[in-house]
Amino acid sequence: MRNPGSFSLPSRILHWLMTVMILAMLFIGVFMAATVGPGYHRLVTVHRPLGIAILVLAILRLGNRLRSPPPPLPADLPPLMKAGAKASHILLYILMIALPLVGWGMLSAADYPIPLWGESMRLPPILPHDPALWAWLRSAHTVLAFLLFGLVLAHLGAALFHGLIRRDGVLPSMVRRVRPD
Amino acid sequence: MATNPVVPPASPLRWLGVVAAPAALALAFLWAGGWLAPTRLTQAGILDALHEASGMQLGFRRNHAKGVCVAGWFEGNGNAAGLSSATVLQQRRVPVVGRFALAGGLPFQTDAPAKVRSMALRLMPPDGQEWRMGINDIPVFPVRTPQEFHDLQLASRPDPATGKPDPARMRAFRAGHPWLQTAMEQVTRRPLSSGFADDTYRSLDSFLFVAANGTKTAVRWAMVPVRPVMPADSHAADRDYLFRQVIDDIHAHPLQWHMMVTVAGNGDAVDDPSRIWAWDDRQIDAGTLTLTTIESEEGGPCTGITFDPLVLPEGAAPSGDPILPARSAAYMRSFFLRSGERSAAPAVTPGMIATPSGAKDHKL
Repeated sequence: MRNPGSFSLPSRILHWLMTVMILAMLFIGVFMAATVGPGYHRLVTVHRPLGIAILVLAILRLGNRLRSPPPPLPADLPPLMKAGAKASHILLYILMIALPLVGWGMLSAADYPIPLWGESMRLPPILPHDPALWAWLRSAHTVLAFLLFGLVLAHLGAALFHGLIRRDGVLPSMVRRVRPD
Repeated sequence: MATNPVVPPASPLRWLGVVAAPAALALAFLWAGGWLAPTRLTQAGILDALHEASGMQLGFRRNHAKGVCVAGWFEGNGNAAGLSSATVLQQRRVPVVGRFALAGGLPFQTDAPAKVRSMALRLMPPDGQEWRMGINDIPVFPVRTPQEFHDLQLASRPDPATGKPDPARMRAFRAGHPWLQTAMEQVTRRPLSSGFADDTYRSLDSFLFVAANGTKTAVRWAMVPVRPVMPADSHAADRDYLFRQVIDDIHAHPLQWHMMVTVAGNGDAVDDPSRIWAWDDRQIDAGTLTLTTIESEEGGPCTGITFDPLVLPEGAAPSGDPILPARSAAYMRSFFLRSGERSAAPAVTPGMIATPSGAKDHKL
């Protein structure tokens, strides 16, 4: 089978929407964690609702993936590459869900209020007030964000490798609708 | 079945296509994080400058390190409710956790009359619309921007040979920042009160009050003591005299301040905390702060939080003052670092709170 078909339309929409959101989130995060400039407060204000939106979409997307499984990888792909693809996808899902939860949890442990939209809509704490836990989660948030960024780069590199070098059906399966042979 | 090779032959251009996009993203990420822009001022840069200027100790706040926790309540009187819909400014009483501190990074520094004193407050109405502030007993902030703050710290850092700031470096900073001359003189020549209890603490930065109908008003505010102000005197024998005095004061009776809100006039600089506002601006007494209890930072309620001035309720918003986001960012960084460190016992111990000093000489 040369062409196993493409991802479903909802899967593709979720994928590309979250691509934009996650890249924006990673860049906002790494910039605001260093800056003391005028953008700091505004970026923090955007970072929180964007993170929660990613969390909600990631959970929807997990459900969608279980309901409509992705097309199989090319049959001639070596088992090691198949395993790598599968493992990286699992890790991407784990991080898309874990990073917003760690962020929410760390603000809870720090006893910061967590405004979501304006000051009137606030998230409740999900962890008890504990400064040592806040410091630990704040570090974990950074480490996991770097890990996610690394995975995104690897994912992009792999997609381009499939699309430009192997020219198998993997890249088109996420870009457009492809009829299975 | 014919199978493709795992890596089929492809032109270098195609390989460039595979590598270029991830590499470009990686470079942009490094730039965003400041690693490719070493001259950009970062949170770490601000904390390093504070460290150089006034020292630091693991486990303590990176500035205003020597402090004590207090608690009580704030009672709004509704006078400012037309300018701001903040629940704490309505006619009601809300619990407060606060902190008195001395500016500087050393948690065991010796008290002295001319050291900058601060009051930090966390106003906690039951609807969760809390308001945090860190306010200081100087008339204006000595600088306008985070970069100037950073440069002033470095200019005032002690010379290792003398242990004092190098006058030449300070002169160079003043010469390079003539627009800060007035502010620095106003800070240096401020009248000094006898202690924490009779001191006036100012927001310095401007904020916007937002009324229920959305109208925004630029304001600053100050906590003005109810008790008469006594002139400063020095207590050379006791390195903790300011803190011992406020412990005795609160044990004797509750301490009170009026929250005086100043509404910006036409000529007032809203986004520049180094410039004082006109003396005849409209003033509103918005409520009364009452502090009734005092506790050591060891186990006290002011230790495990940060008094981020941008934790604001609905009804208050940041102005365009560039110092505000820098404070928010630096406080977060300091809170993160110290929370992961083991701290020594603070200068003001639970024992000091429990035992009246008896050594103080009040002139009331």
